[in-house]
Amino acid sequence: MNKILGIGWKEVKLAFRDRAGLILMLLAPMLLTLGLGLVTGSFNRSSSPVSGIPVVLVNLDRAQIGNAIVDTFASAELKDLMDPMLVSDAASARKMVDDDKAAAALIIPVGFTDSIIPNTSTGATGPLEQIELYANPTRTTSASVVKTILEGFLGQVEVGRISAETSVAALIDQGLIQPGDAAQLGAQIGMQQGVGLTANPAIALEQSTTSGSAAGFNALAYMAPGMALMFLMYTVSYGGRSILYEKQHGTLPRLMVAPLTTSQILGGKILGVYLTGVIQMLILIGASAVLFDLNWGNPLSILLVVLSAVFAAVGWGSLIVAFAKTPSQVANIGSAMMLTFGILGGSFFSVESMPGWYTILSRITPNAWGISSFSTLAAGGTLLDILPAVFALLAMGGVLFIISVVVIRRRGLFQE
Amino acid sequence: MNSILEVHELVKKYGATVAVNGISFDIKEGEIFSLLGPNGAGKTTTISVLSTLLAPTAGDAMIGGFSIRKDQLAIRRMIGVIPQELALYDDLSARENLYFWGSMYDLRGKQLKTRVDEILEQIGLTDKANQKIKSYSGGMKRRVNIGVGLLHRPRLIFMDEPTVGIDAQSRRAILDSVKSLNAQGMTVLYTTHYMEEAQELSDRVGIIDHGDLIALGTQSELTMQVGERETLVLHVGELDAPEEFVERLKILPGAEHVQRTDHEISINTPKADELLSPVVALSNELNIKLKSVDMQAPDLETVFLHLTGRALRD
Ligand SMILES: Nc1ncnc2c1ncn2[C@@H]1O[C@H](COP(=O)(O)OP(=O)(O)OP(=O)(O)O)[C@@H](O)[C@H]1O
Ligand SMILES: [Mg+2]
Repeated sequence: MNKILGIGWKEVKLAFRDRAGLILMLLAPMLLTLGLGLVTGSFNRSSSPVSGIPVVLVNLDRAQIGNAIVDTFASAELKDLMDPMLVSDAASARKMVDDDKAAAALIIPVGFTDSIIPNTSTGATGPLEQIELYANPTRTTSASVVKTILEGFLGQVEVGRISAETSVAALIDQGLIQPGDAAQLGAQIGMQQGVGLTANPAIALEQSTTSGSAAGFNALAYMAPGMALMFLMYTVSYGGRSILYEKQHGTLPRLMVAPLTTSQILGGKILGVYLTGVIQMLILIGASAVLFDLNWGNPLSILLVVLSAVFAAVGWGSLIVAFAKTPSQVANIGSAMMLTFGILGGSFFSVESMPGWYTILSRITPNAWGISSFSTLAAGGTLLDILPAVFALLAMGGVLFIISVVVIRRRGLFQE
Repeated sequence: MNSILEVHELVKKYGATVAVNGISFDIKEGEIFSLLGPNGAGKTTTISVLSTLLAPTAGDAMIGGFSIRKDQLAIRRMIGVIPQELALYDDLSARENLYFWGSMYDLRGKQLKTRVDEILEQIGLTDKANQKIKSYSGGMKRRVNIGVGLLHRPRLIFMDEPTVGIDAQSRRAILDSVKSLNAQGMTVLYTTHYMEEAQELSDRVGIIDHGDLIALGTQSELTMQVGERETLVLHVGELDAPEEFVERLKILPGAEHVQRTDHEISINTPKADELLSPVVALSNELNIKLKSVDMQAPDLETVFLHLTGRALRD
């Protein structure tokens, strides 16, 4: 065990002493997060990483605020981001979400406007009504966006109602509350997590299927985990390369003639790559939290996602080693895998907006599971919400390790 | 004396290539045994199989009573291996390398620290111990490469051509350290293609060529095999020795194995003094200027020449 740790630690030292490696492990993901985040975040919503989110609206209210919400989601400003559908009853809207045809359903109840806007003749408001947000648990990011926009809008309404004591209906009618403003505000609120409906007790949301609360949609928050996971794939293929590199440079044969078993050597190598990956992820998460002011969510749950995502990634790394013959082959396959998995797994844009087969295929990547877990956590999700993804990642890693070991045994990595 | 290593009919093939072709020999506790052979003879392959890196295709070897086929771990604890190619982590310092490799040989704590310091002293790198290996000269790297193999005080050490590609001074230091290690009781298996090194160091020598062990014994036993042969070495200018001269030398009575390199022609012969005057006469006849002529007693080079008809080095 001591020797496994010894080899593992040596691996970590070498990885963090390699300057080119450090650039790719740490600097590149940070710069790309910043670069892509700024591009998508500030220029144009249409190039946002999330687009065309299908949302079902049920307007049972049919009064000013209900109509204004529908208008907001259908507005030109949100044209690229949202893909709203109107249905007439709540049950079929929920069914669409259950069937994964929509990321979320918004059900605006009868009398919602009345519960907020005082009756012009009596001056009294109707009984409290709540909008129901029925969110799709497999599309946490999109559902969070929907929620943020809604919260933003309702926040405007609330502000208008309390501070100016004018009719919100009038505000909307006069165009003082622009649907676009609501969306803008939504994005801002997303950046400062936790500011949401808690500030607006009169308006409450009901969420049916997920327990995620305040939404965290902003481009940096989306890019940071995506890039971290993508460059994690670099790290694991670098680790894979090192075993073949050591073979060529004689240090592996030298280990082979030291009193060590093959499993100890392999175990030490894998441990080293694993530790390197974990450290890399933690540094990236810590640095982006500080530099970009991102809230990643509950630290322990984050750690759990990191530990399992790196496990799955190392599984892929060892599979490459099992099939490649030279360090440069590993590097090539590794880079190809890094990019493919990055695109497929949603490191650049959300897979939620892609066709079903794409989403299913994306599940072979640690990236997809990792990104969905991280966005769930950033949106305030709990350990329970990410457990399925954690198990998926662990199972993925386990299966890949078994395949790799069988192949390595058969091919004999160490015997000529 | 006890044998620490016994090799029986050892064969190693790489696919169709037979690198080691059924060799047998033994090494006694406390001796320096050299495997002498040209490039590609099978020296490294032999060491790789004996050190349990590669499995033998056939045959077996016992080291300290353990079989290389079955008791790899026990053997690995007992032996030290100094590979022909440098096997170090370039991005770690000499001290870090030694610590790492020492821990792989079950050294830890204070004992490890003491050994690392001793080895650094021994290879003369205490001052530069904390510099990365990649900043070292070739000779310094070689010294660390050797030091790593000595950390755990192996009973038997395999040194595979440790002097290849280094300057004369480092080479001298390495040869001396081999002798002093041996004086401290370490048994050494040393491979080389330098006849002089084998001659200087070894108690016994095995000559290996094309995977076959073609001769085995003490140096005097080996030279006896050649009989009373001596070698006449003619030093000539590069262009001063036409083919005709060589061809005519070959047919002189008593001349065997005429070998020509850039500046010299060596003639293997039972009676060098009798051959001398016809050689001089021939060179006069062809108007060839001889710079000098040496008469050499038989050495390992002669033995190799005698057995294979080729020179050890090309
Ligand atoms: N991994 C390998 N695969 C195939 N053939 C090999 C391999 N290693 C060595 N050989 C072949 O086996 C033969 C013996 O090689 P080996 O390296 O043992 O010789 P050597 O005596 O150590 O030579 P040198 O003085 O050049 O180090 C050579 O013909 C070589 O080409
Ligand atoms: Mg060799």
